[in-house]
This record gives sequence, structure tokens and C-alpha cells, in this order.
Amino acid sequence: MSKCAIKAVGLNKWFGEGEARTQAVKDVSFEVNFGEMLYVVGPSGSGKTTMLSIISGILRPNSGSVMVEDTDIWNIGNDQLAEFRLHKIGFVFQDYHLFPRLTTVENVAIPLILQHRPWDEAIAEAEKDLEIVGLKARAQLAPVKLSGGEQQRVAIARAIVSRPDILILDEPTASLDGDTGRNIVQFVREHMLTPERCILIVTHDSRIYEFADRIMRMEDGKLAGFDKQSAKGNLDAQ
Amino acid sequence: MRHIHLPGTLKIAFKLLVNDRTKFAALLVGISFAVFLMIEMTSLFAGILSRASSTVINIGASIWVMDPAVQTVANTIPLPDYVLDEVRSLPGVKYAVPLYSGSALLKLPDGTYQAANVIGLDDSSLFGRPEISAGKIEDIFAENAFIAVDDSEFYKLKDARIGAEFELNDHRGVIVGVAHVASSGLFGVPTLYTTYYRALQYIPNTRYTISYVLVEPKSAADVANIQRLVKEAGYLALTKDEFIDQISRFYKYQTGIGTNMLIMTLISFVIGLSISGQTFYTFILENIEKFGALKAIGAKGRELVSMILFQAAFVSLTGYGFGVGLCALVIWLARLYLPDYAATITFGNLALAFAMVVIIASFSSYIGVRKVLKIEPFDIFRG
Repeated sequence: MSKCAIKAVGLNKWFGEGEARTQAVKDVSFEVNFGEMLYVVGPSGSGKTTMLSIISGILRPNSGSVMVEDTDIWNIGNDQLAEFRLHKIGFVFQDYHLFPRLTTVENVAIPLILQHRPWDEAIAEAEKDLEIVGLKARAQLAPVKLSGGEQQRVAIARAIVSRPDILILDEPTASLDGDTGRNIVQFVREHMLTPERCILIVTHDSRIYEFADRIMRMEDGKLAGFDKQSAKGNLDAQ
Repeated sequence: MRHIHLPGTLKIAFKLLVNDRTKFAALLVGISFAVFLMIEMTSLFAGILSRASSTVINIGASIWVMDPAVQTVANTIPLPDYVLDEVRSLPGVKYAVPLYSGSALLKLPDGTYQAANVIGLDDSSLFGRPEISAGKIEDIFAENAFIAVDDSEFYKLKDARIGAEFELNDHRGVIVGVAHVASSGLFGVPTLYTTYYRALQYIPNTRYTISYVLVEPKSAADVANIQRLVKEAGYLALTKDEFIDQISRFYKYQTGIGTNMLIMTLISFVIGLSISGQTFYTFILENIEKFGALKAIGAKGRELVSMILFQAAFVSLTGYGFGVGLCALVIWLARLYLPDYAATITFGNLALAFAMVVIIASFSSYIGVRKVLKIEPFDIFRG
């Protein structure tokens, strides 16, 4: 049985106060295991991104706890939390957020540079990961010279360069055409998912559901249930 | 060749800054131009102040005795002869000599007229004499003898070689030597040195004739006592530095020159502040999501702050260097074509401009830091 990577218990998050108060996440509890690829799906405004931000140490919940391995991440200081994100989590943002004034390889090396690794060493490591995503030949180009799919792969290389335990992808197919999106997620599934790593993907793109181990549905901030991916690609409600 | 090893985060900050060439150029131009204007304005003022005190600097006496109403060295109020005797009799005075300083209108050999500043040195000691570059100082005692100062106004004497003649108040004058002095005058007229008594003979005078009594104290400890005794006698004794300060104060506060220069300097500062502040703010705004992404990835607040401070410091110091260089170049070029161009870059000017650049950098980085610290990584997730 795989080891539990993330354990979220009773998460609540609301924004605003009084009549303007909006509850984005309501009493959500779940676990994710290492070696698992979990999708978080649901309509816009269902609280997917808020929930993902809470479990990745970016947004503090109003109540509840998040255990990552043995660490209660919302009970540690801000600097430790930043260190936690830097070493344990790899982010692939929806808009990639690559630096246009840096080269592709420098963009990939950023997490290592933030870990105070020597510049040349960080660049060398980043080049290896660019090779994994098939973009070594484009290492010295500016990201703006790459296609959308290539930029997505650069963002993935940046997310994995520090060998994080948890990989988080926010709408990875939103800016890509159908085939490219599928290829990217298939690539992530095949190359990035290891027994020591779990992957969480926020999406509403049903065309990529087939690559998930489990699909967590959210509605109105609540956990609406899990669907398990069958071998035929259909969803079976748990 | 040795390379400077920057921490990786600062190297990223450096690349983000300089690779955005348009904004980097705009920042550099803004700060360089502001620094250029600030230093140019203050240098012009420093040059004016220095030249306003040129006689005091060139004569070099330790103590100057004058009428208390004197404000600048050029506006003399003649002293009675007995003041010289009284000063000579004061305890602590090693020696005291008279100095004549006045203006005259010369008629040059080609028939044109030229105003000139005439300095009459004490006949017996020639105290305050300039450094002779052509001729001999003792020729000043020859008949009708004058020594011309080879400064930026020298050319106005036309053919001022040794032996050249001119008329001064219907008297014949002959140039017997050419001299160098430390500082040129402010008013754009040539300077002639002669003996005190010849100056009195050639230039129409008031009842009293001594412009200043120049005093050399026996020791530095005697200065205060001499000043006190001169004050008791109804006159004013200032050290060289005090006299220069008094002249500076006059030009700063009683002529409007200082106020105008200050206003221009402040305008330059505001221009620099606006351009660099606005450009840097735009630069931060354009990169704000990227900084947010860095924060989400795991950059600490202080690392982001150090990146912004580094960017602001780098662009400000580079702009400062360019501004100083540009100012030096412009002054050098101006002096090639305008010999009496009065501008002096002093350490004070550089320090003032540097302080203003530090304020510009602080202001620019403050607005950047505020913005970056406010950005929440969650906003990056939300898009």
C-alpha cells in the first residue's frame, strides 16, 4: 500500500466578512498517496484552486489542517513554509509564468537558484531536465520564442527540477489545443509520476480524465465525491 | 580576469533588469540626466562662488581687515591709513600690509577700451604677489609697470606680451610680466598687478585709499585676539576662510543666484525622481506576476526585497556614474570654447547628487518593494 503524501482534514476557507462573506472551501477532507495522480475537477467557482492553494502552503485556511508526510504545514513559520514549498512542491501555473527576460534554461533553474545552489550547477541541472522534456536544443532561447506546448513543458521542467514530492498543475491544458494538452498530460503521467511523488491536477478538461488514478469532484466548495478511472476510460463513482 | 560572483537571486534580478533594454535605457537616461543637471547646476554655482572669492584665494593672506559693511571682496570700502598703523601695533601681529583692489578702464593700443581689475600690492613686501610665468617680479618697480594675469580673461588685453603698452586714466602703462593665479575672477575682466602706490597714482580715488589690510599673525593662537581687537577698533578682521564663507553667503542669499540654482537643482531632482520612479514602478508592475510566481515557488520576502533593492541600486549607481561622466565631459567641452566658463565639480556637488540619487533609488525601490510584498501567490493561482 502506498504511503500517504497529503492528508487534509476539515479544511474551511472563506473570503470577506459579514454579508460579503463567501465560503470557498467547506469542510473538505481527503488523502493523496505517493505514486498517485489525482485530478480535482468541478465547475468554475467550486473551490478547486482555493483548495489546492491551501494544501500547497500558499493560502492559509480558516480552519483545518494539512499534513504533508509528517509536517503540519499550517503550524510552521512563514520562512519554513517557503522552504517547504521550495523543496517539496513543484508548481505548473496555468499561465506558466515564465520570465521573458531570462533564457529557457535560466527559467528552469529558478527553484535551484532559490535553493542557493551555485549558478553553473543549477544551469547544468536545468539542462538535464530540459532534455527530459525534449527542449534541450531550445535552452538558450527566450520563452516567448517557444510555442504554447513548449512553454508548458518548460514550466513542467521548472516544476520538477528540484525533485519535489508533490507536483501541482493548474489547468495544464487550458491554453493548449486538444492534442497538445493530451500529449502534455500523458507525458507528465509517464515521466513525472514516480512511486515517491504524487501529482495533483486541477482541470475541467474531460479529455484528459483517462490519465487520472482518481478524480475528486468539488461543488460549491464541498467535496462532492471521488471517481475512479476504469481501464476503459469511464468514470466509476466511488 | 576576475568575475564578481553575485548570489543567484541577484543575478536573476540583474538579468531581469538589463535584459529589459527599453526600460533599463529609460531608467539610465532618467537618472543620468537628473544627475547631470544636479551636478551641472551645483558645479556652476560652486564655480561662481570660487571665482567670486578669487582675489582672496590668489592673495592668500591669513587675515583680512576691512570695513564691517563689506560684503564681497569686489565691493571694497576704503579704510583710513591709520587703520594700517593701528593693526600693525596690535599684539600678535607679525606684519600687516595694505592692499589696493579696484577697477579701471584701459585704452588698448588698437583704440578699444577694456575694463580691468587692478590689484595694488604693498610696495615694500609685494605680499600676495602672483606666480610669474614670463618676466621678473622685480620689474613691477619699473616705471609704469604692470603684470598681467594669464587667466581666462587674458585674451581681452589683446596683444599682452611683455613691453605691450596701454593707457589707464591718461597714464601710460607697460606690461612687464605675465603671471599665473590659482583662480580666475568672476566678472569677466582681466587682472593687472602693480604696486600699491602706483595703483593710487593711476586710478582716481576717494579720501581713504586702503582697500584691505592684510595681516599675518605671529601664530594661529593670536588670530582670535587680533579679530577681537580689530572689532573693538570698529573694523572687521576675517580669516581667509571666513571671508570666502562671507562672500559665498552673499551670493547664495542676497543675489538670488543661490535660490535660482537651488530651484533648478530641485527641479532636476524631481525630474529624476519622477522618471525613474515611474519607470521602475512600471517595470515592477510588468513583472509583478513573475515575482508572485517566485513567491509561490518558495522565494522568501527578504529575497524578493533584496532583488528589488539590487536592481534599484544598480540602475541608480550606473546612472550616477554616467551623469557624473556626462557633466565632466560637458564642462570640459564648454571650457574649450568658453574660457571663462565657471563650473567646478567639487566633492560637495558629487556628495549632494549622490544623496539625491540614493533618495531616488530608495523611493523607486520602496514603491517596488511595497508592491511585491503585497502580491499573494494565491493571486497567481487565481490568474
